[in-house]
Amino acid sequence: MHSLSRRILPWLDQRCGAGALEEFLRRKTVPIHRHSLWYYFGGMTLFLFVVQVLTGILLLLYYQPTPEDAFESVQYIVTQVRFGWLIRSVHSWSANLLVFTAFVHMFSVYFLKAYRKPRELTWISGMLLFFVVLGFGFSGYLLPWNTLAFFATKVGTEMAGAVPFVGKWFLIFLRGGEEVTGATLTRFFGFHVAVLPGLATVLLAMHLLLVQHLGMSLPPSLERAIAEGRQPARSMPFFPNFLLRDIMGWYAALGVLGALAAVFPWELGTKADPFAAAPAGIRPEWYFLFMFQTLKLLPAKVFFLEGEFAGLLGFSLAAAVWVAVPFLDYRAGFGRVTRFFTGLGVFALGFILVMSALALR
Amino acid sequence: MEIRNPSPAGNSRPGRRWVNLLLGTGVVASIASFIYPAIRYMLPPVVGEPLSRSVVAAKVGELRRNSGKVFKFGSKPALLVRTADDEFRAFSAVCTHLNCTVQYREDLRQIWCACHNGLYDLTGRNISGPPPRPLENFQVHIQGEDVVVRRGA
Repeated sequence: MHSLSRRILPWLDQRCGAGALEEFLRRKTVPIHRHSLWYYFGGMTLFLFVVQVLTGILLLLYYQPTPEDAFESVQYIVTQVRFGWLIRSVHSWSANLLVFTAFVHMFSVYFLKAYRKPRELTWISGMLLFFVVLGFGFSGYLLPWNTLAFFATKVGTEMAGAVPFVGKWFLIFLRGGEEVTGATLTRFFGFHVAVLPGLATVLLAMHLLLVQHLGMSLPPSLERAIAEGRQPARSMPFFPNFLLRDIMGWYAALGVLGALAAVFPWELGTKADPFAAAPAGIRPEWYFLFMFQTLKLLPAKVFFLEGEFAGLLGFSLAAAVWVAVPFLDYRAGFGRVTRFFTGLGVFALGFILVMSALALR
Repeated sequence: MEIRNPSPAGNSRPGRRWVNLLLGTGVVASIASFIYPAIRYMLPPVVGEPLSRSVVAAKVGELRRNSGKVFKFGSKPALLVRTADDEFRAFSAVCTHLNCTVQYREDLRQIWCACHNGLYDLTGRNISGPPPRPLENFQVHIQGEDVVVRRGA
């Protein structure tokens, strides 16, 4: 085994410079400190994304994206196809865990100020990836063509229609017409299996290259302590030490996914009927709950604006501030922690948690 | 940021400037001609909706007093309500807030949207929750056994 790798590596090195990769892996280290735990969430999100790609490809073998057949084909997958229930449930559960780990990753990066100079582009590519993940969630939710998904899509796309000037076109572009119909399903399927995977691949490559190029970020307080010689800089090699820990986490995640899928199989619900009333107790996926609850609480008029538009405007502004935070909080680049931005993060997290809890009441 | 021009003398010649302008305009115009069809392609053609002005929403005996029914009116859902006072009323069932389909709540004797808890009274007026506008009203006629719903003139 050893002699084989000793022969293969030079062969590859002469042809594609694989030695550089080996050299890189040997040099890459991961800092050790009391916040090191948070370093695992990016890798965990990546792992769950790979699970999504693989189970998604398996689902494509049987899924049929038409309003007549979509619901029945998913029903066929979970009842007839051997282990279809497992594949479909793992895909749904993994999607939800992925959104969760992405949230954790994002907030940990935020609170540890890892977005600060020179990692602005890493933050922005990460935020774009986050939006792509939400897009995956929103488009994938419709594909089984069940009642909940049908109305969630109606509401979600209607919100897009509230954008000034281009809203109407945007709504028609998303729905493939004025209403949510089979045309919408066809489009969402295309977004889910072609457009978003393409975008995600490019953004992910950028994100990972930037992370490798810049190395792991240290929390500002620790960076200062090390610079002033108050604390030694401790680290472990990425390969194999950190990677093996990563893999242990991924292995555990696979176990958790299998257990969740087996014990709590993902429900399919009832087939969508475009001419039935929205059922009571309807609500979107948990990661959209805070927006859902906000929309529910907003009155018809906020000052001179329509409630839904005011909500959309508020969320858009908040998202813009969030994406631009490395530039707004540029002082963090000089190692200065601004309380305001920490407070903003606490407020955002608190708002999301409280609104989601209210929606679940 | 400083932009260095590799050949300052070359660009100042009027002939070269014209060539650059023409080339630039040509390239931009050609790119626009590639993008325009793609954008038009993305927006589906408007389907001439068969202008259904009236539809048989239900049979008279089908609905109890104090109950409602969602029916198909053209390409959109509509709501027929038989009130407790034995009156038929019809509305668009599309919530004016975010496009969900409303329903008649027998316990409240009002029209309710399950998505964001919007309420309308039995004239279609938005009375509580987020809906910004009333529901569109339709005319109801009884023709023999049929409850016929018509779009207002």
